[in-house]
Amino acid sequence: MDLHIIGQQAVNGLILGSIYGLIAVGYTMVYGIIGMINFAHGEIYMVSAYLTAIFLALLTAFGLQSLPVVLFLTLLLTMAFTALYGWTVERLAYRPLRGSTRLAPWISAIGISLVLQNYVRISQGARNQGIPVLLEGKFRLQAAAGTVQITHVQVVIVLVALASMAVLTWIMHHTSLGRCCRATQQDRRMAELLGVDSGRIIATVFALGAAMAGVAGVLVTLNYGSFDFYIGFVTGIKAFTAAVLGGIGSLPGAMLGGVVLGLAESLFSGFVNTDYKDVFAFAILVLVLIWRPSGLLGRPEVEKV
Amino acid sequence: MTGRDGFLDAARWGLLALLVFGPITGLVLDGYQVVVHWQQPVWLAALVFGGRLLLNGLLATGPGQRLARRLARGRAGGSVLVVAGGRGHGRIWILILLALLSLALPFALSKYWINVATLALIYVLLGLGLNIVVGLAGLLDLGFVAFYAVGAYGYALGHQYLDLGFWQAIPFCAFLAACFGAVLGFPVLRMHGDYLAIVTLGFGEIIRLILNNWVEFTGGPNGVRVPHPSLFGLDFARRAKEGGATFHGYFDLPYSADHRVIFIYLVLLLMVMAMVHVVVRLRRMPIGRAWEALREDEIACRSLGINHVGIKLSAFAMGATVGGVGGVFFAASQGFVSPASFTFFESALILAVVVLGGLGSTVGVIIAALVLTILPEVLREFADYRILVFGLAMVLMMVWRPRGLLGLRRQAYGVDP
Repeated sequence: MDLHIIGQQAVNGLILGSIYGLIAVGYTMVYGIIGMINFAHGEIYMVSAYLTAIFLALLTAFGLQSLPVVLFLTLLLTMAFTALYGWTVERLAYRPLRGSTRLAPWISAIGISLVLQNYVRISQGARNQGIPVLLEGKFRLQAAAGTVQITHVQVVIVLVALASMAVLTWIMHHTSLGRCCRATQQDRRMAELLGVDSGRIIATVFALGAAMAGVAGVLVTLNYGSFDFYIGFVTGIKAFTAAVLGGIGSLPGAMLGGVVLGLAESLFSGFVNTDYKDVFAFAILVLVLIWRPSGLLGRPEVEKV
Repeated sequence: MTGRDGFLDAARWGLLALLVFGPITGLVLDGYQVVVHWQQPVWLAALVFGGRLLLNGLLATGPGQRLARRLARGRAGGSVLVVAGGRGHGRIWILILLALLSLALPFALSKYWINVATLALIYVLLGLGLNIVVGLAGLLDLGFVAFYAVGAYGYALGHQYLDLGFWQAIPFCAFLAACFGAVLGFPVLRMHGDYLAIVTLGFGEIIRLILNNWVEFTGGPNGVRVPHPSLFGLDFARRAKEGGATFHGYFDLPYSADHRVIFIYLVLLLMVMAMVHVVVRLRRMPIGRAWEALREDEIACRSLGINHVGIKLSAFAMGATVGGVGGVFFAASQGFVSPASFTFFESALILAVVVLGGLGSTVGVIIAALVLTILPEVLREFADYRILVFGLAMVLMMVWRPRGLLGLRRQAYGVDP
C-alpha cells in the first residue's frame, strides 16, 4: 500500500466528509428539535446546486468581474434562497402535521421530495447541468513515493465548511436565538411556558439547516462542476448516515460523522472497490443503526410513556 | 379575519411564491448562461395569490367555516371507527359481479390494455402486501421494492441456474422473499420506529446496487431474460419445444400472442382475489388485531404481554412474501428484468398506493392502485407531471386526511340486541 495513495484518498475523503457533514447538520438539528427525520433535506441540497449555477451565471451576466466577490455573493444568495426553501417546506408540509400520526411526517416528506425533484426537472430540464471551472491550480505535497495533490478548490471547501460550522456553533451557543433553540430541544412545553415561540424556532431551525445544505451545494458545484436533478437522493441518505454515525441530535457529531464516513468511503473506493462504495456506505448505515443507534457522540434515547 | 387582513395574507403568500419559484422556474440554465422566463414565476405567484385570496374569502363565509371544521375533524381523525356487525349481506352479490366482470375483462380488451390491467393488478398485489406492513402494523417500509426485486430476480435467476419454471418460482420466491424479510426485520424491528424506515431504505438500495454491480451473477444493468410461463406443461409459443406441446395446438385454437397475456392476467387475478380474502380474514384473526393494536400503541401492547418483535416480524415477512410473489408476476409479464425497474421511486409509488388508499383500508388500496396505474395511461400528455402530482397528493393527503380517504372501520362483535 503506497503512502501517497493513502494520503490522496484521505484528502479526497476529507473533502467529501466536509460536504456530508454540512448536510448532516440539517438532519441532526431538525431531529434534535422535533424528533423527525427530514427526508426531503437531500432535495434542498439538490436545489441549492441549481441555485449556485443560476446565481453564478446571473452575477457574471451583470458584469461582476472579481471572482472572490462573485463567489461570496453566490454563497450568500444561495444560502438565503435555500433557507427560504427550507422554511417554506416546513410551513407547508410539516407544520400542519404536528400532533398527527407518526407516519404522517414521513409520507409528507417523501411527497415533498418527489415534488422538489420533479419541479426542478420540469423547470430546468432533465439533462446534466454544470458550471465552468472557476478556480484552477493545486498544491503538491511530497509523500514517501509520490505526490499528494490538493487543489485550491479543496482548500476553499475545507475553509468554508469550517467557517460555516464555526458560525453555526457560535449562533447556537452565544445568541438568544441559539438559546431558544436549545431550550426548545430540551423541553418544548417548558420553553413555550417561558415565552419561546416554538413554532418560529422550529421554522428557523429548518431554515438554518437548509442554509447549511446550501453551503454544501455551492461547494460541491465548485468542486465537481456538474449536477442533475437526482443528486439529492443518494447524497441525502449518505449525509443522514453521517448524522447517525456521529449521533443524531449532536451538532459536533454530525461533522465528525461526516468526516469519518467520507474517509471510510474514500479509502474503500481507493483500495477495495469503486462499484460498491454506495453499498459500503449504506451497509455502515444499517450496521450502525442496528448496533449503536446512539452513534459516536449521541446519548442513548430513553422512551417515555 | 377582515377583508383587508385576508388580502394582505394572500399578498404575503404571493410574494413568497414569487421568491421561491423565481430563480428555479424563471431563470433556466442553458449551458453556462441563464435564460429568463419571467412569465412562469409570475403566473405561479398569481396562482398562489388568487388561491389564497379565494380560500380566505371562503373561510369568511358560513359554509366555508363549516367545511373547515369538518376537515379539521377529519385531520384529528379519531382512531378506528367501530361499526356494528351484521351488515353487508347485499355486498356479496356486488363482489361476485365484480369478480365475473374482471374475469371476462381480458377477452374484451386489446393486448395493450390487458398489459396495463396486468400491471395494475401487480400494483394491487404489492399495495395489499405493503398495506399489511405499513397500514395494519404501522411499520414504515421504504425498501419494499427490495422484496419485489428478490421475487423478480428469484424467478429470472432461478430459471437460469436452477431451471425453475413459473409455477415452481411462485412458492420459491415467496419463501425467498420471506427469508430476506425475516433476516432484515429481526435485528431492525426491536429498534425505534423511525430507524426501521431508514434501514429498509438502505436495504432496498443495497439490493438494487448489488443487482446492478454483480455482473457475473445477475447480468448487471443489461438485465436477465425471463421465460414465459406455461400451463400444465403447455407452452404459449407458436411452435412447441422438443417433446412439448403448445397451448393453441392442444386446444386446437388458432395461434395468438394474446393467449399468454390473458393467461398471466387471469392467474394474477386469481392470486389477487385469494390475497384479498387472506387479508380480510387476517384482519379479523388475533394476529391481525395484534398488528393494529401495535400500530395504535406499542407500549400498551407490550405491557399487555404481546411479543412485539414476533408480531411485527410476522407482518414484515408477510408483506415481503406478497412483494416477492408480485415480483414473479412482474418478471413473467415483462419477459425481462433489470435493476432499473427497482429504484426507490418504485417503493415510493407503492407507498403512494397505500397512503392514498387510506392506510389500512383494503378497498381503498385496490382503488388507489387501479387509479394510479390506469390514470397515467389515459392522461399520456401530462406524463411529465405525473410524479409531481403523486408527491403533491401525498402531502395533501397527510395534511387533510392522515387516516385515509375512506377511514378505517372495524366490525364489532357482540351479542345482537
